Amino acid sequence: MGNLIFNAAGSISCLCEATADTAKSSSEDFSFMIKLLKEFKIGGQTLYITSTHISLVIVTITLIIMASVVNRIVKKANASDTPGTIQNIAELVVGMLDNMVNSSMGKESKRFVNYISTLFIFVLLCNISGLFGLRAPTADYGVTLPLGLITFCMIHYCGIKKNKMKHFGDMCKPVILTPINIIGELAVPISLSLRLFGNIMSGTVLMGLIYMLPRYVTVGIPAAAHVYFDIFSGCIQAYVISMLTMVYISDKIGD
Amino acid sequence: MENITGQEFISAMSAIGAGIAMIAGVGPGIGQGYAAGQAAAAVGRNPGAKSDITSTMLLGQAVAETTGLYGLAVAIILMFVKPFK
Repeated sequence: MGNLIFNAAGSISCLCEATADTAKSSSEDFSFMIKLLKEFKIGGQTLYITSTHISLVIVTITLIIMASVVNRIVKKANASDTPGTIQNIAELVVGMLDNMVNSSMGKESKRFVNYISTLFIFVLLCNISGLFGLRAPTADYGVTLPLGLITFCMIHYCGIKKNKMKHFGDMCKPVILTPINIIGELAVPISLSLRLFGNIMSGTVLMGLIYMLPRYVTVGIPAAAHVYFDIFSGCIQAYVISMLTMVYISDKIGD
Repeated sequence: MENITGQEFISAMSAIGAGIAMIAGVGPGIGQGYAAGQAAAAVGRNPGAKSDITSTMLLGQAVAETTGLYGLAVAIILMFVKPFK
């Protein structure tokens, strides 16, 4: 729900807000911008149902369907039988994610493997949804900032739980550098979310511009561009955001 | 030439500003290339640690990319959001 509030109220979300204004006021309409599908008012605020919401709902439903199918198959499985195709794929994915979390968090990995795996699969599906004709939800700053804020809250929750008040004492180690340390802590969610947003947004904008080229150019070239911008860049960014989340957290819990 | 309105002038200047903002792309290019070169040298010296080196390289390159993405965000806002009306 964060993005709904954010789209309407946040000032930094000008990319959604002002895009809407320019799309309405002038005749220019680019295919890569956030589309406003429905407008309604709650308490004086004008809110919109955008294409981001539709894509997010589709991604979430896909995740739920995948999870329930895998759940049913794994529950029915026998240890003595040969595993089927879907069970093999599920075991491969879970083993890979377990390995990834384990290699960078060590013995604390059990507490975080659920969240990190969910984050990875969600961001991956969001990034490659541009391949299926949706507008990638992660190309909206209202989706990526909550992901950064969750990481920010987890970092400080783990730090306070581990070090009690010494967590704040560490922040003003050389007393003269206290403001710089505080700014550095506040910059973590912003840089984390802007990195994901910028990468996917640039891919979306470039794909939109490629599709605006003359007809005879847009036959084979978009396929190669999709492989780079959607699949390669999407996988790298999903890996990077989950990896950085783990690095920041394991920095605080000191392992 | 004397018929340029203020709005057109602002649009033109925004486009020039977006172009100038993308000069920020030079820095991450140099940084990422340097990281990839060092990683290639490291793999040549120690081929057994290839997966570790690759993941470290990708992480470092992603962090180095951030400054370029700030420039990209400024350019996109100047081009499509049009904050100066």
